[in-house]
Amino acid sequence: MADTTHQSFDPLATGSRARQTRSRSIVYLLLGLFALLYLSPLVIIFMNAFRPLEEIVREGFISLPNMLSATYWVEAWSTFCIGGTCEGVSRYFSNTLLMTVPATILSTAIGLVNGYALSKWRFKGDTWVFGLITLGVFMPAQMTLLPWAFVLGKIGLSNTIAGLVLVHTVQGISFTTLFCRNYFLAVPDDLIKAARIDGAGFWRIFRRIMLPLSPPILIVCVIWQFTGIWNEFLFGTVFTSGSNQPITSAIVAFSGSGTGERHYNVEAASVIFAALPPLFIYVIGGKYFVRGLTSGAVK
Amino acid sequence: MSSLLIQNLKKSYGAVEVLKDINLEAESGEFVALVGPSGCGKSTLLSIIAGLESVTSGEVLIEDRVVNDDAPKDRDIAMVFQSYALYPTMTVRQNMTFGMECRNIDKATQAETVDRVAALLQIEPLLDRKPGQLSGGQRQRVAMGRALVRDPKLFLFDEPLSNLDAKLRVEMRSEIKKLHQRMGRTTVYVTHDQIEAMTLATRIAVMHKGVLQQYDTPDMIYNQPANMFVAGFMGSPNMNFFKATIVDGDVGLAVRLDGSDGPALPLGAEQAATVSAGQAVVFGVRPEHFSPAHEQRAERKGRVTVPVPVTVDMDEPTGAETILMARVAGQDAILVCEPEEAPKPGETMDFAIDMAKASLFDAATERRL
Ligand SMILES: Nc1ncnc2c1ncn2[C@@H]1O[C@H](COP(=O)(O)OP(=O)(O)OP(=O)(O)O)[C@@H](O)[C@H]1O
Ligand SMILES: [Mg+2]
Repeated sequence: MADTTHQSFDPLATGSRARQTRSRSIVYLLLGLFALLYLSPLVIIFMNAFRPLEEIVREGFISLPNMLSATYWVEAWSTFCIGGTCEGVSRYFSNTLLMTVPATILSTAIGLVNGYALSKWRFKGDTWVFGLITLGVFMPAQMTLLPWAFVLGKIGLSNTIAGLVLVHTVQGISFTTLFCRNYFLAVPDDLIKAARIDGAGFWRIFRRIMLPLSPPILIVCVIWQFTGIWNEFLFGTVFTSGSNQPITSAIVAFSGSGTGERHYNVEAASVIFAALPPLFIYVIGGKYFVRGLTSGAVK
Repeated sequence: MSSLLIQNLKKSYGAVEVLKDINLEAESGEFVALVGPSGCGKSTLLSIIAGLESVTSGEVLIEDRVVNDDAPKDRDIAMVFQSYALYPTMTVRQNMTFGMECRNIDKATQAETVDRVAALLQIEPLLDRKPGQLSGGQRQRVAMGRALVRDPKLFLFDEPLSNLDAKLRVEMRSEIKKLHQRMGRTTVYVTHDQIEAMTLATRIAVMHKGVLQQYDTPDMIYNQPANMFVAGFMGSPNMNFFKATIVDGDVGLAVRLDGSDGPALPLGAEQAATVSAGQAVVFGVRPEHFSPAHEQRAERKGRVTVPVPVTVDMDEPTGAETILMARVAGQDAILVCEPEEAPKPGETMDFAIDMAKASLFDAATERRL
C-alpha cells in the first residue's frame, strides 16, 4: 500500500553527450548554490557555538572557530542563567517536551477519530461540522489569544504547561481532522459495509480496519503537530512566564533581555538545542511525510 | 416458508424515488437473480435487504420476521461485494475469521470453520497472504469464503463476477452454482449479465428505473416476457420488435407486419384470444426463432411457421453461428442462423418464423398481450 511509483524518466539523459554534461553541471551548480544559501545560517550559528566571546567580538560573526570547545554547549544546557534561574535551557527544553508530546498525541488521536467519523459515518450536518472544525486552519492565532486567555483563566490553567497542552491540542485538531478525513475518504466505503455485516461496531472498525491503514497519515499528523507545537512561540510567550515557559519563549527572553553583554556563543548553542528535536523527527519521518501527503490510502 | 419477503418497498433519496413499490418473495433455498440496466436500483435493493440502507416505506422480512429496524449484524446475512471489500491489512485467514471474532465464537471453532471453507474453495495455500498479494480470481474466492464461514440465513451477492475476465467468470459461475446446490441457502444475486441470471437463478427479477418489471422463472422470463423492456433486456442478440397490425386472415386472426406485401402470419389460438382485428401491436421475435424456410425445422417439431422474405444487409460470423443484420418487410431485424445456412449480404431468402415462440405486445403500453 501507499507506495509512490517513480517514473524512471530522466530529462537530463537525453540529447548529445556534450549537452548532457552541460545541462547536468548547470543543474548541480544551481542546486549547490541554493543549498549553500539555505544552510549558511545554520552553519554560522553552529560555528559560533564553539567560539569564545572575545573572538566573536573581535572577528565578527562570520569566521571559522580557532579552537573547538564544548564548554558553551554545557553552559547553555545546564548552568546559564535565564531570568534569575541558572539551569540553562534544559528546564525549558523539558517544558517544551512535556507540552509537545501530549499535545501531539492528543490532537493526532482526536483527529484520527474525527476524520474516521466524518468520512465513514455520514450524518445530518456532517459537512457543517467538518467546515467548522477546519475553519481553525484559516484562523490567525492572534485572533484566538483573548478567548484562550479567558478560558485558561476560568479553568485555572494560566501559566501552566497543561494549559499550553490544551491550547495546542484544540488548535491542532483543525489540521489533524482535515488531514485524516481527506485521507480516509480514499478508503472504500465497502470495507465499512462489509465490517458492519460481519458484526463490527464503530470502535472495532476503527481499531481493526482504519487504524492499520493509517500509518502514512499518522506520520504526517505527528510530524506536522510536533514541529508546529515545538516551534510555536506566540502562545508560549503570552500564556506562560518565568520557569514555565517553553524553550522558544525562553531563548527570546534571554537574548532580548538587554542587560549586560550578549553571550552569543551560549545563545547559539541554545538555539541549536531547541532546533534539534524537530530536525530529528523530520529526518526519521520526512520520507513518510512526503509520501503520506501525496498518496491515496488503499488501492 | 418464505425466506425473504419484500412488501411494498419504496426508497427515495430526497426527492428522487429509486425504488418504487417493490414486491418480492424468495422461498427457502431459492436463488433469485436481480437484473436490470445500470442505475435501476439493484444495489440499493440489496443494501436495503442487508440493512445498510434504510427503507422509505414498506417492509423487509427475513424468515417471517420484520427486520426493517435491525442492524446488519442482527439480520444473519452474508454479503459478497463487487469490489470484494477484503480488509487490506489482514491476512486471508483474518479476513475470514473477522466476522466470527465479532460474534465471539471461540478460536477452535473459528479455525475449524476456516479450514473447512478453505478446503471447499481450494484457497488453503492462500490463507496467510494479504489480499494485495492475490489475483483477481483468488480475491473473489476469498470474498466468497468470508461469506461462507458464516452459514447465514441469506446470501447476498452484488455483481461478484463483474471484475473477472471472461473465462474466469464462466468458471466461477458454475462454481457458484455448485456451491448453491450444495449449501441450499437462499441467495439474492445482483448482476447485469443476463447469462449469469439465466444459468444460476431459480427466479429472475428484472428491474428498470426502480420498478420491478417481472419476477419469474428464467424460462418464463425468456419465453413469455411481461413487456417489451424485459423482452429486449433478456437475450442476446436482442429480440426483434416489428410494428404490426392484427388482421382477419384465412383461418382466424393473423398479424401483418407494417410495410409487408406478403401474406399475414396466422396466430395460434392462444395468441389470437388476446387481440382483435385492426389492433396495432408490436410483434416480437427472437433472432434464433427464424430459420431458413426450406429446413422446416419448427414444422418437424409440430409447430406452425410462416415464411417471410428476409433481405440481408450484413453478416457477423461468430464461429458457432452467424448473426445477420437484415430487413424484414422494410423493418430492421437481427437473425441468428447456422454458418452454412447463412445467405450472403445482399441476398434475399425466405425464413420461417416460429410463431409459438413469438410474442405480441400492445403498441401503446408495451405490455405483453
Ligand atoms: N446515496 C445516494 N443518494 C442519491 N442517489 C443515490 C444514492 N445511491 C444511489 N443513488 C441513485 O439510485 C439509483 C440506483 O442506484 P444503484 O446503485 O442501486 O444502481 P444499480 O442498479 O446497482 O446500478 P449498477 O448496475 O450500475 O451497479 C441511481 O440512479 C443512483 O444514482
Ligand atoms: Mg450496483
